[in-house]
Amino acid sequence: MTHYVKAWILALGLILTPAAASAQDALPAAPGAEAAPAEASSDAETPAKEAALTSGLDPALYTPMKPTEGVGMPVDKGLDFQPQVSETGKQAKWINNVILLPIMTVICLFVLGLLFYVVIKFRRGANPEPSKTTHNTFIEVVWTVVPVLILLVIAVPSISLLAKQFEPAPEDALTIKVTGYQWYWGYSYPDNGDFEIISNMLPQEEADARGEPFQLAVDNRMVIPVGKPVKMLITGADVIHSFAVPAAWFKLDAVPGRINEKVMQIDEVGVYYGQCSELCGARHGFMPIAVEVLPEDKFNDWVRANGGTVKGDEAADAEVDAEGEESAEETAAEETTTEGAPADAAAAAN
Amino acid sequence: MTTIAADGEILDDHAHDADHKPAFFQRWFMSTNHKDIGTLYLIFAIVAGIIGGAISGMMRMELAEPGIQYLSSWVGAGASMDEALHLWNVLITAHGLIMVFFMVMPAMIGGFGNWFVPLMIGAPDMAFPRMNNVSFWLLIPAFLLLLGSTFVPGGTGLGAGTGWTVYAPLSTTGSVGPAVDMAILSLHLAGASSILGAVNFITTIFNMRAPGMTLHKMPLFVWSVLVTAFLLLLALPVLAAAITMLLTDRNFGTTFFDAAGGGDPVLYQHLFWFFGHPEVYIMILPGFGMISHIISTFSRKPIFGYLGMAYAMVAIGVVGFVVWAHHMFTTGMSVNVKMYFTAATMVIAVPTGIKIFSWIATMWGGSMTFKTPMVWALGFIFMFTVGGVTGVVLANGGIDDNLHDTYYVVAHFHYVLSLGAVFSIFAGFYYWFPKMSGRHYSELLGQLHFWIFFIGVNILFFPMHFLGNQSMPRRYPDYPEQFAYWNEIASIGYVVMAVGVLIFFVNIAWSLVAGRKAEANYWGEGATTLEWTLSSPPPFHQFETLPQIK
Repeated sequence: MTHYVKAWILALGLILTPAAASAQDALPAAPGAEAAPAEASSDAETPAKEAALTSGLDPALYTPMKPTEGVGMPVDKGLDFQPQVSETGKQAKWINNVILLPIMTVICLFVLGLLFYVVIKFRRGANPEPSKTTHNTFIEVVWTVVPVLILLVIAVPSISLLAKQFEPAPEDALTIKVTGYQWYWGYSYPDNGDFEIISNMLPQEEADARGEPFQLAVDNRMVIPVGKPVKMLITGADVIHSFAVPAAWFKLDAVPGRINEKVMQIDEVGVYYGQCSELCGARHGFMPIAVEVLPEDKFNDWVRANGGTVKGDEAADAEVDAEGEESAEETAAEETTTEGAPADAAAAAN
Repeated sequence: MTTIAADGEILDDHAHDADHKPAFFQRWFMSTNHKDIGTLYLIFAIVAGIIGGAISGMMRMELAEPGIQYLSSWVGAGASMDEALHLWNVLITAHGLIMVFFMVMPAMIGGFGNWFVPLMIGAPDMAFPRMNNVSFWLLIPAFLLLLGSTFVPGGTGLGAGTGWTVYAPLSTTGSVGPAVDMAILSLHLAGASSILGAVNFITTIFNMRAPGMTLHKMPLFVWSVLVTAFLLLLALPVLAAAITMLLTDRNFGTTFFDAAGGGDPVLYQHLFWFFGHPEVYIMILPGFGMISHIISTFSRKPIFGYLGMAYAMVAIGVVGFVVWAHHMFTTGMSVNVKMYFTAATMVIAVPTGIKIFSWIATMWGGSMTFKTPMVWALGFIFMFTVGGVTGVVLANGGIDDNLHDTYYVVAHFHYVLSLGAVFSIFAGFYYWFPKMSGRHYSELLGQLHFWIFFIGVNILFFPMHFLGNQSMPRRYPDYPEQFAYWNEIASIGYVVMAVGVLIFFVNIAWSLVAGRKAEANYWGEGATTLEWTLSSPPPFHQFETLPQIK
């Protein structure tokens, strides 16, 4: 109770608090506080990994790619959208930057210009006798019709963008099922033996060690092949989350009891970060998303490293197939868990 | 005993006394007087505004730099990190609910609406004076329930941490404990208060206009409150239904919003936003009305395109009911639905544009002076335009896929509310403060308040567009360090704004103590509505003989 009272008092006092006071408070609190989200994520189901550039997977098959500075992540003092790596993303960014932003800027400047004009021209000193005009049908028609025309100019590319974003995935598209949990993401690959990747935020030291941005870096990334449409099936396990990859102009809610579908196609190899975008409880800010886009052969290697199956590998996996699909999936899933979390938990304990 | 007052009016001590005020308790706690109830609403809104503003100060403090600096200490020693992070969600929830339900709505509709609708239509009081009092006093327990909810468990920590939207299932299975129930009951009471208020305004405006005042001669502020009252009457019952279903889902085993029992979490969002979108017009329409009067008064010109102005508000009200799902573009709707809501939402820009241009046309050819209410009104027009055009950007479902739930949205709705609705509240407050209190405010402090507040809120909210472009999600207590620069700037803007608010309070205090006495029509010939025919402050009961409108 008392801490709440204290919080309220602090709040009331704050209206008058100069900026300097908050800056002073910040210094002693910072180091302990920065480790806090790390503690938070270590409580989660899959314990955090030991700081290393390896993923816990067979390094012959997969090592996590280094992200490119300024791509797939925000930049310091950034103003514009992140560089877009999907076709619809490029189109959307173009619509915003070439159509919407200039129109909006011109409208704002036009209104501002009119305000300055009337303020100067029709101030009492300049115009002591006000006119009595209260109607002008022509001008009223103009300011109704012109905005309609501007909206039409916006609507045409906007609607065509929407149509493009909703183009269905081809029959043979790779499917990934994304599940939002409190507070981490799960990615399962039903076309590749249905193994599941559990993805937790990396604590600060490990993110730093890996050369990745803290609060965006995760232990196990979602990996997809480059230049191929991927059918994303998105759902939530407990409350609503939202799966977002800004560099691909992609955001879709993970709603429990409902499977949302959308195509993601990223045309450039790289690592692209996102963050949960629907309030989902205490650690809503600490369940980032990292998508690694690899050439197809490297993607297949990654699948194999996770114990998954790759189309064309059937001969090698004949033994598994003989046991039936379900058990193959189970085995694959088990393998992921064995190779992933507990091994690292042991390492962390040591 | 009969005395002759200085102005020659015959006063009777025992009855028929226009200025016979009841004793303190009866006057302020059992009031049936629209002006006193309006004053109570305004005081309430100021108190709620201080609390809601202080909470946003806590949020800007925490966000001033990367890392969790204060939440842990605010939540107290021995509390876990999750409890500290839960506190964050409690803060954003409280800030939103307080500012919407307990600051803007009470100030505009309860405060200015109560004070000036009867005065402007030449009525002695509201149609249902006792119900008017009930409307106000329902707000007190509503507010106490909301504040009280922060002291009881709400899931991972104390208080309701669901966001002001209270989305299921975070608000049902995701928040164990009585906090969310208290917040829901708080909204029930606040909603009932507003529905009673809406019924009262509609009845008053339709039945108690002075002889000769046809609907098409009605002042625009009265039009705006009329449209707002209809929005309240049609939208709030839907909210009441939605949160009642939340309550039964939480406590009585129903599954309206739980897919496992055949319900749908997205249904809650449809119901909420069917209320929530008209709600944002509820918060801005009375402001439109006030701005129209202020622009007209200080340009010494009648409003340009009166009928267009009135019906633009009606159009905004009607279209406002059919655009709700633009708040839900990422929930996974079909392409046709998304196209429809994109197009419908953009349509709202047309009547809004008519209003902006009509205000400018009102000033065109006028003889303008720039007293405090006018500078607020001019600031409103420009800031609302900026908030409006970002609304057109967000209306595009395909563009919103990236901006949804980012700081761009936060920037947008603070430009239309914190710089739109709040600017109009300050404009109206300065416009009518001498009328309500009988004393002039300090023009110097009023101007100072405007400029500091104007600069502060722009430093505070404009960088949020950049954060949104860079995809910083909303409702985050911490962020990657790439977002640090603009967040620091925004927090500095908060401090500047807070200084402006401080000047506002100094101004009120100074005016009440030492303000110059205000005459009946202190704005002169530009102020033409009926409240200027009465003394400042108006008599306790006015218009015992109804005025005739030519």
